[in-house]
Amino acid sequence: MTSHLPLLALLQTVLAIALAPLLVGWIDQCRAWLQNRRGAGLLQPYRSLRKLFHKDAVIAYGASPIFRASPYIQFGAMALAAAIIPVFSTHALLATSADTIALVGLFALARVFMALAGMDIGTAFGTLGARREMLVGFLSEPALLMVFFTVSLLTQSTLLPTIVTTLAHRELAIYPSLAFAGVAFAMVLLAENARIPIDNPATHLELTMIHEAMVLEYSARHLALIEWAAALKLLSFAAIGLALFVPWGLSSPAGGGPEIAIGWITTALKLGAVGAALALFETVSAKLRIFRAPEFLATAFLLAVLGLLVHQLLGS
Amino acid sequence: MSLGGLNGALIIVGAWLAIGVAGLAAPRALAWVGRTLFPLGAALGLGLTVVAGLALFAIPETRVLPLGLPDLPMHLRLDPLAAFFLALIGSTVCGVSVYAAGYFREGDGTAPGLLCLQYHIFLASMAMVVLADDAFTFMVAWETMAVSSYFLVTTQHRVPEILSAGFLYLLLAHVGAMSLLLCFGVLQGGSWHFTFDAMRGAELSPAWASVAFGLALFGFGAKAGLVPLHVWLPEAHPAAPSPVSALMSGVMLKMAVYGFARVAFDLLPHTQWTWGAVVLALGVFTGLFGAVFAAVQTDMKRLLAYSSIENLGIIFTGLGLTLLYRGMAMGTLSALAFAATLYHCLNHAQFKSLLFLATGSVLHATGQRNLGRLGGLIHRMPWVAGLALIGTLAMAGLPPLNGFVSEWLLLQSYLFTPTLPHALINMLAPLGAAAFALTVALAAYVLVKFYGVIFLGQSREPALAAAHDAGVLERAGLTWLAGLCVLLGLFPVAVLRALDTVNRSVLGATLGDQVISSWTLVPLSAERASYSPLAFGAGITLCISVTFVIVRFLYHGRVRHSMAWNCGSLAPTPRMQDTAEGFGQPIRHVFGPFFQIRRQLPTPFDESPRYVLHLEDRWWNWLYLPIARAVEMVARWIGHLQQGQIWLYLLYNFATLLGLLAFVL
Repeated sequence: MTSHLPLLALLQTVLAIALAPLLVGWIDQCRAWLQNRRGAGLLQPYRSLRKLFHKDAVIAYGASPIFRASPYIQFGAMALAAAIIPVFSTHALLATSADTIALVGLFALARVFMALAGMDIGTAFGTLGARREMLVGFLSEPALLMVFFTVSLLTQSTLLPTIVTTLAHRELAIYPSLAFAGVAFAMVLLAENARIPIDNPATHLELTMIHEAMVLEYSARHLALIEWAAALKLLSFAAIGLALFVPWGLSSPAGGGPEIAIGWITTALKLGAVGAALALFETVSAKLRIFRAPEFLATAFLLAVLGLLVHQLLGS
Repeated sequence: MSLGGLNGALIIVGAWLAIGVAGLAAPRALAWVGRTLFPLGAALGLGLTVVAGLALFAIPETRVLPLGLPDLPMHLRLDPLAAFFLALIGSTVCGVSVYAAGYFREGDGTAPGLLCLQYHIFLASMAMVVLADDAFTFMVAWETMAVSSYFLVTTQHRVPEILSAGFLYLLLAHVGAMSLLLCFGVLQGGSWHFTFDAMRGAELSPAWASVAFGLALFGFGAKAGLVPLHVWLPEAHPAAPSPVSALMSGVMLKMAVYGFARVAFDLLPHTQWTWGAVVLALGVFTGLFGAVFAAVQTDMKRLLAYSSIENLGIIFTGLGLTLLYRGMAMGTLSALAFAATLYHCLNHAQFKSLLFLATGSVLHATGQRNLGRLGGLIHRMPWVAGLALIGTLAMAGLPPLNGFVSEWLLLQSYLFTPTLPHALINMLAPLGAAAFALTVALAAYVLVKFYGVIFLGQSREPALAAAHDAGVLERAGLTWLAGLCVLLGLFPVAVLRALDTVNRSVLGATLGDQVISSWTLVPLSAERASYSPLAFGAGITLCISVTFVIVRFLYHGRVRHSMAWNCGSLAPTPRMQDTAEGFGQPIRHVFGPFFQIRRQLPTPFDESPRYVLHLEDRWWNWLYLPIARAVEMVARWIGHLQQGQIWLYLLYNFATLLGLLAFVL
């Protein structure tokens, strides 16, 4: 390893954090196009963040320190996740200090703090959102773990760099267990990031919302941090999905300038494709009733377990 | 002879007993009992931790004490397994006793001095369970532990519910103890020597070994609260005073784990892998059951009791994995699973005691155990709320705290099940892993409910405004336990190094040098998995503080306070928040078949509408009530014998005599 590597890794992490809102902007733009609207442009999330950062923060009476700390914790957790996940290069900044299981724990940490903050003011909507978020969480988290299990059985590792390197250098063949895991992961991605069909990021319809209900009392910088963290979470999940199921093109730590450039370009293209696919899916499908959500997530969970079993049966 | 570890431990046990007796000197003097004796007991707990910590790395010591019946001296032994559990007792007791020093008040229950005696006998008997090296000593200590804890549970003995909870506990403790007696009877294997040394050497046939194993599983399972023997836990834990609940849940349940490990790994050297499969299945089911029931509780201590069932389930899945790997002669993997199991025992002792003590402070401050009448206590009790938050996060299995480390290790050991040379197990183990993951995720749900409903939101009762924070001693006890949660989470490599000596002595296998080489936790190989809590903790702290500094630097910092927005609805009242029932409702919906639900809905024409919901444990109807009915029926039949007339009893005598004569001749 050469000495400039940590710096490069740090740069890539910062880049991921900076570009996360762009992915959200791209998805919204694609959705606008698909719905025959003009759309607000790719940079709209940045404009919203700027607006929020300029406003006065309004804090409800009776808010505890948890309420004020939670946005920082959420953003910090997601920033750390971006330092662990191979977004542009196979070896991210802190890749060896936490494996996929620790990553699931990190997401859970952010979720628990978000739910606690939702309960903190003591409004009906906040607790309702917290309860629903934890409902989605306790079903999607084991599904995510099972996806990681399947992949780690294939690669004999739970460390993302090893997984990605192993998967990228195998021969091109269809692995049935990976197919199951891929579908399960896509469903988990939708649920974890509060997308249709579990939640709708674009609505404030009180009785159906989850994420928005929890962050209802937040404003200004706190809300900006939460929104940014949510964008970062989406990017992280997309990057994990790409790393597990389409791992080609990521730069390796020993790679030189051209390889790094290729890594950046392929990642950008792949993320763009994921965003477009997500927009297409959200345009053609409808939101589920909240009590259908457990069925959706149980399906994801069972698909992931099936992936494990298929791996045991076929050995691939 | 120098002061060995065993002598040190015995001196501490003796000193605990002396403290207990000293409590009787002035049973009503709170200053004497609370300010002098309990802190002294806590210091001894700290001493025990040090002694046991040193003994972990020393060679095993044995000793014969000429106490007890003639020709039945007490055999004692301090080996690494015993030393680990002694350290667990000592470190937890240290926090709980400091807390108890500030907790017990003048009340209508047992006098403080008497309580002090029962409490310290309880501590001493737990230490003796661990030190015992023959079946008699073990059973005497085991029963002393059960009886002394029974008296502690029934401290408020004027309340009928508490008495019946205590009775249920005593009943199941004795059913379990009978099973253990039979187990030791089988283990001696015809030699009629009841020292553990003789049992290790006894040659049992595989069938008899399985019988002994089954009896041990039943006996220790009854104490550990494995389903379906769990029913006493949710009754006894809420009934007991909080420091006692903390000790029972945090430490006494681990004695069952110790006993089980002693029998299953030490006294039965030829492990059969089927045992592992049974224990694994039982543990997985118990874990899931406990988590689901914890999520729907409305009493904070019952919630924690069910969560203890869940955690014991997790611990027994670890034991099951260890047995599986050991039965298939995969030494290193069994060492990994066993280390993870013991680690979880230690973690659970800390965070569960912490949370039980926190509920004790809440109970003292508000007089409420019902979650529906709490809320918003973070404003009135910042110390308790802050420390309980650490326990909550640790128990929810969140990095970088301790609960996550042991769950991470357990998941890692699950990942090796595909290497087992058995097709069926290979197919079933992933299902176990899936259920395990579900259990762990549910625990987070339970804890958000626990913490959110008690400490966050608005006060649900006006009386809560008078709640006050815990006293200095209580805070100190909580801080000790919370500190241990953090330390055990950040420095797992040091703990694993100690656990590996237990592995070496119990399983004859070790993790190897990989795990214990650096600050990073690496089970088996660096390519496979690694987790570095310090880097993780530093990373998250750094990320959060950098975010904070940047936002503070760029932002103008203006803040306005106002009423909650709540989508524009005016004046939200505390009654609009989710209740504990409401928070558990999705779980009731998803896991409906687990519960027996009795619900009474109001009709639109009711003058005073009432909504009643009862959630019950199906095991009562499936197992316990049929047994109770059968016993009553048999008793009625036998009751026919009793007619109250002398001539009939003489006839019985005569018939018996005739029968015996016929039998003999």
